[in-house]
Amino acid sequence: MNQKKNFALAAVTTMLMSSAAWAETELTVYTAIEAEDLKRYAETFNQDHPDIKLNFIRDSTGVITAKLLAEKDNPQADVIWGLAATSLLVLKAEGMLEPYAPKGVDLLKPEYVDKDTPPAWVGMDGWAASICYNTVEGQKLGLTAPQSWKDLTKPEYKGHVVMPNPASSGTGYLDVSSWIQLFGEKEGWTYMDGLHQNIATYTHSGSKPCKMAAAGETVIGISFEFRAAKSKAEGAPIDIIIPEEGIGWDMEASALVAGTAKEEAAKTLIDWSVSKKANEMYNVGWAIVAMPGVAKPVPHLPANIEEKMIKNDFEWAANNRNTILAEWAKRYDSKSEPKS
Amino acid sequence: MAMAIDTPLPAGRTLKLALDKDEAIKRGLMIVIALYLLVALAAPLYVMLSKSFSTYSFDLAKFEFQVSDSAGNWGDPVTAAALNGELNAIPEEKLGTNSDGRLQATSFFPEFSFRSPVKYKIRGTTPDATYLVGLQLHSGTEWQEFDSNAFRRVMLRPSRAIGLENYATYFSTPTLFRSIENSVFIAVISTIVTVGLAFGFAYALNRSCMRFKDAFKLVAMVPILVPSLLPGIALIYLFGNQGLFKDVLMGASIYGPLGIVVGSVFFAFPHAMIIISTALAISDQRHYEAAASLRASRWRTFWTVTIPGARYGLISAAFVVFTLVITDFGLPKVIGGQYNVLAVDIYKQVIGQQNFEMGAVVSVILLIPAIAAFVVDRMVTKKQVALLSARSVPYQPKPNRGFDALCLAWCALIAVFIIGIMVTSQFAALVKLWPYDLSLSLKHFAFDRMDGGGWGSYYNSIRLAALTAIIGTAIIFVGAYMVEKTEGFRSGRSAFQFLAMLPMAVPGMVLGLAYIFFFNDPANPLHAIYGTMTILVVCTITHFYTVGHLTALTALKQIDQEFEPVAASLKQPLYKLFARVTVPVCLPAILDISIYLFVNAMTTVSAVVFLYSKDTALASVAVLNMDDAGDVAPAAAMAMMIFYTNIAARLIHLLLSKVLIARTQAWRAR
Repeated sequence: MNQKKNFALAAVTTMLMSSAAWAETELTVYTAIEAEDLKRYAETFNQDHPDIKLNFIRDSTGVITAKLLAEKDNPQADVIWGLAATSLLVLKAEGMLEPYAPKGVDLLKPEYVDKDTPPAWVGMDGWAASICYNTVEGQKLGLTAPQSWKDLTKPEYKGHVVMPNPASSGTGYLDVSSWIQLFGEKEGWTYMDGLHQNIATYTHSGSKPCKMAAAGETVIGISFEFRAAKSKAEGAPIDIIIPEEGIGWDMEASALVAGTAKEEAAKTLIDWSVSKKANEMYNVGWAIVAMPGVAKPVPHLPANIEEKMIKNDFEWAANNRNTILAEWAKRYDSKSEPKS
Repeated sequence: MAMAIDTPLPAGRTLKLALDKDEAIKRGLMIVIALYLLVALAAPLYVMLSKSFSTYSFDLAKFEFQVSDSAGNWGDPVTAAALNGELNAIPEEKLGTNSDGRLQATSFFPEFSFRSPVKYKIRGTTPDATYLVGLQLHSGTEWQEFDSNAFRRVMLRPSRAIGLENYATYFSTPTLFRSIENSVFIAVISTIVTVGLAFGFAYALNRSCMRFKDAFKLVAMVPILVPSLLPGIALIYLFGNQGLFKDVLMGASIYGPLGIVVGSVFFAFPHAMIIISTALAISDQRHYEAAASLRASRWRTFWTVTIPGARYGLISAAFVVFTLVITDFGLPKVIGGQYNVLAVDIYKQVIGQQNFEMGAVVSVILLIPAIAAFVVDRMVTKKQVALLSARSVPYQPKPNRGFDALCLAWCALIAVFIIGIMVTSQFAALVKLWPYDLSLSLKHFAFDRMDGGGWGSYYNSIRLAALTAIIGTAIIFVGAYMVEKTEGFRSGRSAFQFLAMLPMAVPGMVLGLAYIFFFNDPANPLHAIYGTMTILVVCTITHFYTVGHLTALTALKQIDQEFEPVAASLKQPLYKLFARVTVPVCLPAILDISIYLFVNAMTTVSAVVFLYSKDTALASVAVLNMDDAGDVAPAAAMAMMIFYTNIAARLIHLLLSKVLIARTQAWRAR
């Protein structure tokens, strides 16, 4: 009996030892990177760092941000890799990010790095607002393709425009905040008043308007270029339009979570996430990446995206989010309900 | 009886002790399961309620400023509260905010210019005062100095307090409180339509001699097997802007109240049909004979005999449908368009804006109609039991050509509606690129390429359903047994009954949100189960506790109370009685509870949508997320996978029931 026990104990010890011998560090990584890209990202990272195992908690931007905030007093994540910069700003304002300047951060475009030194977050790739225009449905209805944001308020598009709700979608807020930055406070709201007349529905997610346009469920979907290129590649009859006034944009970024017990490995990941290899990896799907000179054009996307991107004031957008959303809801959320 | 013999004989004491031991086990087990319900239900709800009273406002007394003149000589420190008292820059009612609130420090300095040489200092008067510089969080009572240009980046942060402000905000925001009206409106209309349709259907099944009754019964049960999102997706394919029958709506949009009502009718129909059908089935032939002998017309008989006989069933069905519709989240999310309802508001507040406090407020408000409906329903159901009589003669319908044809037409119409939705959904899952490329393919079943968790989520769902079915059935049945067969201990038993009935009135969204607040608190010793399969199982069992509990109670009431004393007098321990008599006798009910839990665990969205993590993504949530991202076809494909799985589970259940019942229920046939 006793011998059996000893044997079992020995077996358990060996098991423990052998797993320790692999010397693996496990990192809990919170991310909003698309499901289909995530595996590739992890594999590419492990080519260089086989000793660090990444355990991903993946969800949409809103859910992951809510989760991180809910865990504010007891963070579960070691690293955030691939979350909207606007979300990271919320976390930064809660003191949840550990400032860290990764090796090679100075090689990135300056607007892709947090302004504080050391930076609280570093950018990976950017995505920008764009319009998906269904050419088949447009032709059926005898519409002409819009060229600018202002075009979207033309009466001919009444009921044919879909955009994400800024209160529930980061892309939606990106649109609204960029319009206010582009047109000015008063002019911006006047523009949205006009646009609202044409909106068929406000969706919860930022990619849905483009997918709806791709399926002909609407003619014009206000979405972002990354999604638009994918839908077009799948064979949807859409044109990707970059409005001439300029487009709002956001980036995916990574950050160290304050209080992580695995700082060493976490820093390794952040260092790697700004490397050239990582940037090349992002470029497979993303037209715009943080490191200059890396990006090759992505099929179906207009080449001028980057020059059309506005000078986005992220700090202003984060600090005024509450006020803008309240105003937006007051103007459009209640009005847009069908009267029963 | 035993007492009379007991008292004179000393040996009687041991017998009494043995009884007490069993009784202690029963009470012990009952308390354990009651504790489970307390932890899994009452405590989270309480935490959520207190969260809704957690408010955020700018406490201006907590911040102190110092301003220099252009030469750099510092003036006296002054609090923000004092400055605001002078200037009234921020009116009192604007000081309330939410957890993300920010207030620019320059608001207190009307002469502020970022170009001026004036310098500013800020500090907290208490250590917990927090403010942002840029977006960097600062706190504490140390002075910090800024030049004018840097000072405009200083933002004050709110502090937490307890109060009713969140409710005040809710009711002063038309966007939010209009949802109450919308939710009630949708629920009332859906209830009227569903109960009307279901009554006709149940009436045809019970009171006519039409053909294909069994087939109709089967078809009517189909909606139970699919997530409530499925009718939404199918309706978009049928009546959306690219819909097959778009013109039928004559310009009206399926997005909004119309779509929600039609979809709600689909998924609530079977629930109403079962209840009404049961009510109609117990009707007494003798009443109709009496009516016939009094020469009452069919019409009069219908209103004076049929309707009164079924009225409790009708009322009960109405409240069940009302609760189901008002608490449903998936359908309005998919097809509601801009039409805001309470359940979706919770999701929008929590996921979209990370405003947990407001999410809690909406949850509390959603609890009110659900609890009200539940209370009325309980009162009605209690009365119904008294209506039954042992001498009733079951009603036997007689053939009547015209009437039977009418019934057939009615049922066929509803069956076409249900089958139509299912076929559309299957079609949506198979078409390559609707509406531009109608060739069929299986590419939408490649879930691993989509958001939502891929095929892994499907297997997780099966695991969740199986675990919920097995563990849930055990907990529910044991709990019901203990509460039914325990003697005395009245207050404990009624408290248990209350806890067991409560889940029925708690909307899934509310339960899920309450779970975040409760289990995600690091101070909670049960925190470790957060983000695991365990919390999903616990949540799902709790969410669907009530129906299982009632089913078990009904079955247990059939067993004579004499079994316990007999077993005790034969010195048989409790567990033996339980294993050898109670469980075998109640086997049909046990199997019913387990299949009910399985099917619901497969389809539920509302409760688990806040609780799943990457490793525990679920198929039903994947349907929601894929639809949300615009991948409607894969969403339909996943919904159909759930449907097929539930069909398979039903078939296994049927087979198992046949085998087991043949072996254990022989005593029923004499």
